[in-house]
Amino acid sequence: MNPAAISHYYVPEPSHWPLLGSIGLFSLTGGSALLLTDHVTGGSFAMGVGFLIFVGMLCGWFGAVIKESEGGRYNDQVDVSFRWGMAWFIFSEVMFFAAFFGALFYVRHFAVPWLGGIGDKASTHEILWPSFVAAWPLLQLPDASQFTVAKHAMEAAGLPAFNTLILLSSGATVTWAHWGIKAGRRNHLIIGLCLTVALGALFLSLQAHEYWDAYTVQNLRLTSGIYGSTFFMLTGFHGAHVLIGAIMLSVVLARSARGHFTPTHHFAFEAASWYWHFVDVVWLGLFVTVYLL
Amino acid sequence: MTDIALPQHHEHEHPSGITRWLFTTNHKDIGTLYLLFSVSMLFIGGSFAMVVRAELFQPGLQFVNPHFFNQMTTMHALVMIFGAVMPAFVGLANWMIPMMIGAPDMALPRLNNWSFWLLPFAFTLLLSTLFMPGGAPSGGWTMYPPLVLQTGMAFPFLIFAVHLMGISSVMGAINVITTVFNMRAPGMTYTKLPLFVWTWVITAFLLIAAMPVLAGAVTMLLTDKFFGTSFFNAAGGGDPVMFQHVFWFFGHPEVYIMILPAFGIVSQIVPTFARKPLFGYISMIYAVASIAFLSFIVWAHHMFTVGMPLAGELFFMYSTVLIAVPTGVKVFNWVATMWRGSMTFETPMLWALCFIILFSIGGFSGLMLGLAPADFQYQDTYFVVAHFHYVLVTGAVFAIIGGVYFWLPKWTGRMYNERLGKLHFWLSTLSVNLLFFPQHFLGLAGMPRRIPDYAVQYAEWNMLSSIGAFVFGASQLIFLYTVIRAMSGHGEKASGQVWEGAHGLEWTLPSPPPYHSFTEAPKVP
Repeated sequence: MNPAAISHYYVPEPSHWPLLGSIGLFSLTGGSALLLTDHVTGGSFAMGVGFLIFVGMLCGWFGAVIKESEGGRYNDQVDVSFRWGMAWFIFSEVMFFAAFFGALFYVRHFAVPWLGGIGDKASTHEILWPSFVAAWPLLQLPDASQFTVAKHAMEAAGLPAFNTLILLSSGATVTWAHWGIKAGRRNHLIIGLCLTVALGALFLSLQAHEYWDAYTVQNLRLTSGIYGSTFFMLTGFHGAHVLIGAIMLSVVLARSARGHFTPTHHFAFEAASWYWHFVDVVWLGLFVTVYLL
Repeated sequence: MTDIALPQHHEHEHPSGITRWLFTTNHKDIGTLYLLFSVSMLFIGGSFAMVVRAELFQPGLQFVNPHFFNQMTTMHALVMIFGAVMPAFVGLANWMIPMMIGAPDMALPRLNNWSFWLLPFAFTLLLSTLFMPGGAPSGGWTMYPPLVLQTGMAFPFLIFAVHLMGISSVMGAINVITTVFNMRAPGMTYTKLPLFVWTWVITAFLLIAAMPVLAGAVTMLLTDKFFGTSFFNAAGGGDPVMFQHVFWFFGHPEVYIMILPAFGIVSQIVPTFARKPLFGYISMIYAVASIAFLSFIVWAHHMFTVGMPLAGELFFMYSTVLIAVPTGVKVFNWVATMWRGSMTFETPMLWALCFIILFSIGGFSGLMLGLAPADFQYQDTYFVVAHFHYVLVTGAVFAIIGGVYFWLPKWTGRMYNERLGKLHFWLSTLSVNLLFFPQHFLGLAGMPRRIPDYAVQYAEWNMLSSIGAFVFGASQLIFLYTVIRAMSGHGEKASGQVWEGAHGLEWTLPSPPPYHSFTEAPKVP
């Protein structure tokens, strides 16, 4: 069916998926909270059940949307709604990262220099930790006794630079895949997606290796003061988003292999690729501010 | 205008029973759910406030211990902000925006259901902390570390509740923006949008930009508490003041999230009962947009006393005071709309008029607080409490109540009882001023906020304030009664037009509107 021919905006039937999603998230977060407050058995159980319900909901809900889409229920106006929805969702993710980038900026330009006695904060420095010397990356902490002291900061050259190259290449391969879908060449599309997902997986495994190295060799941990905190928080949330993006692309890959999408009607592909480019851009910001500067 | 005959070929039957509400994808049902949730939170949060005012009725400790008192102030704020005011606006948006722009529903109806159904679960997490060892969060709704990190078992529940509320708000906001951008009937251009729609689009932008920052801030609290990070711990190179910066980067836009839709409601009500088009429509839109932009560069006026560099104090003072300009434009336009209008004073108009006057009082005290040197005296006193209750109660809540009276006949097909509505208005308005106006004096005289006991010199004004609080709280039962009465089909039948001076697509539909309205796009005049 030609989607443009449907005049009515598709308003879905009542659905049980959202409520199930809420129950899943409730059990997941409530369970995590119990686990964190030393209710290990009940907490882990609720967390596990909540996670399964949540994953089940995602499969069911997206499954229903895919079915409706393939069944030709969505006209161009619905497609535009999805586009705005995804665009603003990505913007909300940008703002989530902004909180952590902001924290990094603040500690590097204000908090740490102030603790070192810069500007009008000399008395803070004198009273609290007079021997503290401000530096970045911050390895010598104001009060090292509470923390795991790291031996070295992370290097930009080597693995992170290589990871930058990988992620940039994956941005190129996903665009190349898009050319394939627009030209109606399915094999081209599938090869492009396979390459992108593989590069994403390579990125993640290298990052896992980097984390292992940081924890065991460099002794850099979440508990190594503000440098470790910002490093793991930013790269960790980024890594989680790479994983989500790679899962999205894998789903799109599986759908492409099943013959979904047409040269003009393939928003799921575009949504996943927008997300992938977003993750890519965040990494560039991260590479510059966390590793290079 | 007459009612338009609507095409009756519905794709599915009108659902019934409990599953109608659990699984609904209908914007009117979801709007009703939001509003009912909001009113139940209003009463829960209100009862916490009653505990606070009962304790403050006289100096000394009477009813509750200080720890429980602190739980009450903290929970009152969290419940009222995230449970009562924000969901009320989303409920009004759900009901009105599709009908105002001639859309068949919200753009993403299932997501809409999820936005609502996260809230009862989020508030279950939050309210369950009242029954936990160590009690509910008691470090203030602003969750400043290191104090908040001393919270007992409640702590992770608080954090995750905030996460869920954030997800709900962001998804709701995405839906509103998408609906307005993509679902307008042909001919409904951006300069024809009712102002309520405009204010909501801008609010939605604020929500999407601000709520994720709050999520980031509380996530850092969580890792500081449980995973050994040192974002807010100076011993590891972090800074507790940094939390305040990140929090208020969210917090100040949040303040406008709670007032911009109120501006929108008042901009619908005033022209209706003045029987004149809104004065300065375009300037209203620019004013709201300017306020929204400024809201992102004023946050540190909440922290003038933490020891910022002088340049910071000055920048945040000047940017804050600048907000008075677009706000002044709005108040001027409302007054100019009424100028030589053919005015009548039905209940919604009374609330809207009172909003303009009392919100302006809150705005002026905000101007005082925005001046850095003066703020050093007012910081953390009851003056601040008086200020934000004038903008939030006689501002946001008054506009919501006015909006409910305004649109209730449209939703239910029944007129509310005008006598009871006016009684509710007058009791509320008199008592709310008795409640909050004396708090200005208390604050200027030096009474600190968030304390269960106070010096004897503050006794008289506190007693009056508490009496005002009890009357104000009780008056809201009249509201509940009038709403339930209309909902249960009592009262005079309302026409589609409802109000003589009402204009807009929503008034061309019958009252109550059919379950699915505008399945065929209407012609926009």
